[in-house]
Amino acid sequence: MSRIGIFICHCGENISATVDCARVAEESGRLPGVVHSVDYKYMCSDPGQRMIQEAIREHRLDGVVVAACSPRMHEATFRRTVSEAGLNPYQCEVANLREHCSWVHEKGESTTQKAIDLVRLLVEKVKRNKPLLPIQVPITKTALVVGGGVAGIQAAIDIANAGHKVVLVEKSPSIGGHMSQLSETFPTLDCSQCILTPRMVEAAQHPNIELMTYSEVEKVEGFIGNFKVTVRKKARKVDEKLCTGCGLCTQKCPNKKIPDAFNEGLGKRGAIYVPFPQAVPNKPVIDTVNCTFFKTGKCKVCEKVCPTNAIRFEQEDSHVTLDIGAIVLATGFQLMKTEAFPEYGYGQHKDIIDGMQFERLASASGPTLGAIQRPSDGKEPGTIVFIACSGSRDRAKGVPYCSKICCMYTAKHAMLYKHKVHGGKAYVFYMDIRAAGKAYDEFTRRAIEEDEVSYIRGRVSRIYEEDGQLVVKGVDTLLGGMPVEIKADMVVLATAVQAQEDSRALAQTLHVSYDSYGFFAEAHPKLRPVETNTAGIFLAGACQAPRDIPETVAQASGAAAKVAGLFSKDELTREPIVAVVNRQAPPLFSTCVGCFLCQSACPYSAIESEEIKNRAGEVIRTVARVNPGLCQGCGTCVATCRTKAIDLQGYSNEQLFAEVMAL
Amino acid sequence: MRIGYYPGCSLLGSSREFDESTRAVLKALDVELVEVPDWNCCGASSAHVLDHELSLALPARIMALAEAAGLDEILAPCAACSNRLLTARQELSNHPEKRAEIETAIGMPYAGRVRIVNVLEVLDRLKDRIAEKCVASFQHSVACYYGCLLVRPPRVVDFDRPEDPQSLDRVMASVGANPIDWPFKTECCGAAFSMTRTDIVAKLGAKILSGAVKRGAEALIVACPMCHSNLDLRRDAINAHLKANGGQPSDVPVLFVTQVIGLALGIDPKTLGLQRHLVSVQLPKAESATAGTTV
Amino acid sequence: MSSGHHIVPGEATLIERVKALTGVQLSHCYQCGKCAAGCPVGDQMDLTSSQIFRLVQLGFPELEEKALRSEGIWLCLACETCSTRCPQEIEISKVMDALRSEALKRGLSHPKSRDILAFHRAFLGAVKLAGRLNEVGMVADYKRRTGHFLKDILVAPRMFLKGKLGLIPHRIKDRAGLRAIFRRTLSKNTSDRG
Repeated sequence: MSRIGIFICHCGENISATVDCARVAEESGRLPGVVHSVDYKYMCSDPGQRMIQEAIREHRLDGVVVAACSPRMHEATFRRTVSEAGLNPYQCEVANLREHCSWVHEKGESTTQKAIDLVRLLVEKVKRNKPLLPIQVPITKTALVVGGGVAGIQAAIDIANAGHKVVLVEKSPSIGGHMSQLSETFPTLDCSQCILTPRMVEAAQHPNIELMTYSEVEKVEGFIGNFKVTVRKKARKVDEKLCTGCGLCTQKCPNKKIPDAFNEGLGKRGAIYVPFPQAVPNKPVIDTVNCTFFKTGKCKVCEKVCPTNAIRFEQEDSHVTLDIGAIVLATGFQLMKTEAFPEYGYGQHKDIIDGMQFERLASASGPTLGAIQRPSDGKEPGTIVFIACSGSRDRAKGVPYCSKICCMYTAKHAMLYKHKVHGGKAYVFYMDIRAAGKAYDEFTRRAIEEDEVSYIRGRVSRIYEEDGQLVVKGVDTLLGGMPVEIKADMVVLATAVQAQEDSRALAQTLHVSYDSYGFFAEAHPKLRPVETNTAGIFLAGACQAPRDIPETVAQASGAAAKVAGLFSKDELTREPIVAVVNRQAPPLFSTCVGCFLCQSACPYSAIESEEIKNRAGEVIRTVARVNPGLCQGCGTCVATCRTKAIDLQGYSNEQLFAEVMAL
Repeated sequence: MRIGYYPGCSLLGSSREFDESTRAVLKALDVELVEVPDWNCCGASSAHVLDHELSLALPARIMALAEAAGLDEILAPCAACSNRLLTARQELSNHPEKRAEIETAIGMPYAGRVRIVNVLEVLDRLKDRIAEKCVASFQHSVACYYGCLLVRPPRVVDFDRPEDPQSLDRVMASVGANPIDWPFKTECCGAAFSMTRTDIVAKLGAKILSGAVKRGAEALIVACPMCHSNLDLRRDAINAHLKANGGQPSDVPVLFVTQVIGLALGIDPKTLGLQRHLVSVQLPKAESATAGTTV
Repeated sequence: MSSGHHIVPGEATLIERVKALTGVQLSHCYQCGKCAAGCPVGDQMDLTSSQIFRLVQLGFPELEEKALRSEGIWLCLACETCSTRCPQEIEISKVMDALRSEALKRGLSHPKSRDILAFHRAFLGAVKLAGRLNEVGMVADYKRRTGHFLKDILVAPRMFLKGKLGLIPHRIKDRAGLRAIFRRTLSKNTSDRG
């Protein structure tokens, strides 16, 4: 005979405001099999939990029903509570009186009645609960970091320093990401590459980090602690072992007219190229789309000049399959392009550029070696207009959110321009100045007060070209919406930060959620910012939301800590809520008829076949078997099985029918 | 091809040549125009400035009459008329509850089935026929001036693109003209202020005109009678403004798109009403053999 | 809300009336000023579109009145430049229509709107009479209303010679139907006056 204890929580006022908790406790106490029934204000609190433990001991309970908030909140809490009192955690169930009852109904008799019903259902289930033991699964202590920008680099270094192996996969030929394109960073105006390259080199040289550049993640299978990742290593057309990085091939390549993506189209590069001088690894790549040899069969100058004979035109992409325990996504962001602005000329005006293009102009290793020049004619601009909020906070452009970093980098750009062109005039059209970080507001004030940048509050309606200058039609709302027209030599748009073009495709490859803008979704916006809803996959950096470098680095270290925490155990404990195919005594062996409908239904490829053999080794029957390591407990196979040979531990057919019948 | 035709009030009077040239061109292209029987004024700016209901009712009556006459589509050459018709049509489609009120006001059923097209859309449909029948190349540099209502607001008119539109440029290029790239294609000319604030029309017109002339335009091409009127009839005021503000007065003519197509199709200038312009249409001789156009 | 003012219970505020008439929710405007920046007549207006929106969206009656009394709302060309570029997709032109209607209702229209109103009334008067606009008749009525008898006196003969001045008015058949439309829609405040 069961000895069940019921604990009704008031949840402060969340439940008790609409449900008569005392009455629920009283009525539930009269159910057959219930020996103890109380109500209390905060069951999850310390005294509340102790109350449950004492009751288990005093009344020798063999089952517990906590009627409180959603099990998603505190099922784990209460299961831990009861297990500390010596009861198997799976003999504790949580009835949801909050999200399923008190929060969705008005105060009244029917609401209390519903609460009573909910408790009764769970009592019937708990009566049939069996003690279950968690499943132990081995963990592969190798992490995969996808994306080699500052977020990926930081995460990789932290995980590697914690003593674990890391594979860092980066899609472009070098790690470094957007931070390597910046000239100086706010608020310190440190040279971006100067502070980043030591980290890049550290990541490349770290004994625990394996760098796979010019590579992409193609397939991910498995689950936390046991992922199988297929990476495509794209062909560089260069033998990396032979190449010394001397750079002769890049110098001698005759086809130097290809727009350079690292320089955001402002410079040109050759067909065989290293993206930037401080690239890691410093090995070139052949752009087969634009290479003369690959297009016409003629040239091969690089092969001729290479002193170590490292060029390999016939090299093919290769695939590598990795055993991975945890994945950190650090794929970063992209900027909206000037083409997206009809009122600013659809990107046709060469002297209207975006923030990253300005970074390349200002950068000492950029196409102009750090001189601010108009892309159209190379002249130094005497007046620059910077437009903050270009595309961000703009419902009409589909980006209602704030891109966070633009106020700061716009101030920085204006300051850099003034530092380089002393007599220049800088205007910033802004909506607000969002400078919330450490030393940030002081930085923007410095731009206004020391570097005499003129800040005008208002948006710009239109820019057009006239007599070689750009006519900027803006407004000053602080003067009552007074139109302000400025003739500028250059305009820099602080365009919106967006998710990478292929972020949705990557999310689908990894089975990770993403929001309507393509940014990866965190598990909880407040409390779990570096985890996703997919166990074992973590987030770092701007792939989750627009953010600046300090936050990115902090988040990357956070993700690394989660990974290190995961790897601190030798085995992963998995919930035993898995499906099981029954086994019977011979000659039946199992009620499974071997139709394997469950195998095709299983979304996690967790069903295998098992051969039942006699002593002579001859196969008598082939039946299904669930791999408890892969099974996620979704129950699809249970629904599909025609002979009801498969059942879900913790949510058995018998338990669920009992709940339904109790209603 | 058969299409409903809504000339609108300006095409009967001050922009008669737009009506003449449109009819002549479409006749030459074998298109039958069926005028909407007993059509009324669409209300233009005056209706929507003074009364919202009236601004819906007047266009609704026109569309109801077209429906009753069995027409699927109406060509409204005047950009303001087509804009008002499209606006009313969209509002009545989005707010069915208003439809009943408007039906009562106009005293006829309104189903909202009739489609409104502008002259550029029709010319685009006929581009093959135009290419076939083109006899003279209009080899001049032209500034295509769309005006504000032809392509805006984009969610209502859903035609071309609201900034730097291209449809008129394409039509011009198709008959041999050289449409210049210039930034004032959709800048408002001063609209209904022709009488009441001629000074504003002069100022805005001056900017448009000088912007076009500066970039080498030999003619301005328009598709709206209001724009034509403000740039042609009001040329003296515009030139006076230019002179007073350090600019250069200009006698660059303003032609309707259908007049240009008409010339390309070999229709004689008088039929196209070119002589009705206040700024006489005198175009410099083109580089090639074809003679310049003089009226 | 400012003190020294009370809302009559049951009477909709201007914000609510604008919402009912146009569907536009004024709180969407975050005062970026892009509308004023691109307005062709922005530099002529006493109060620009951006400012007018601010005055109304606060919901203070004395500020609403300031907006309704402005010349700006009458200078609006309805060229749709603002609504095309507004990042919050607000139909600014429609709101301007609603504010003009409100100004007329309350008798607050700016003195400089006289000619503009006279023009529109003359226009609609002509349409009401004949069903289509008789330009000559309309101009004559405008001159009568405003006293600008010499207006365009030099342009008219040239137009006549070019055949653009239709002296014989075009009249539709169903003029009664059209008068009925005017009767059923045009609210009393904006009908022929002065």
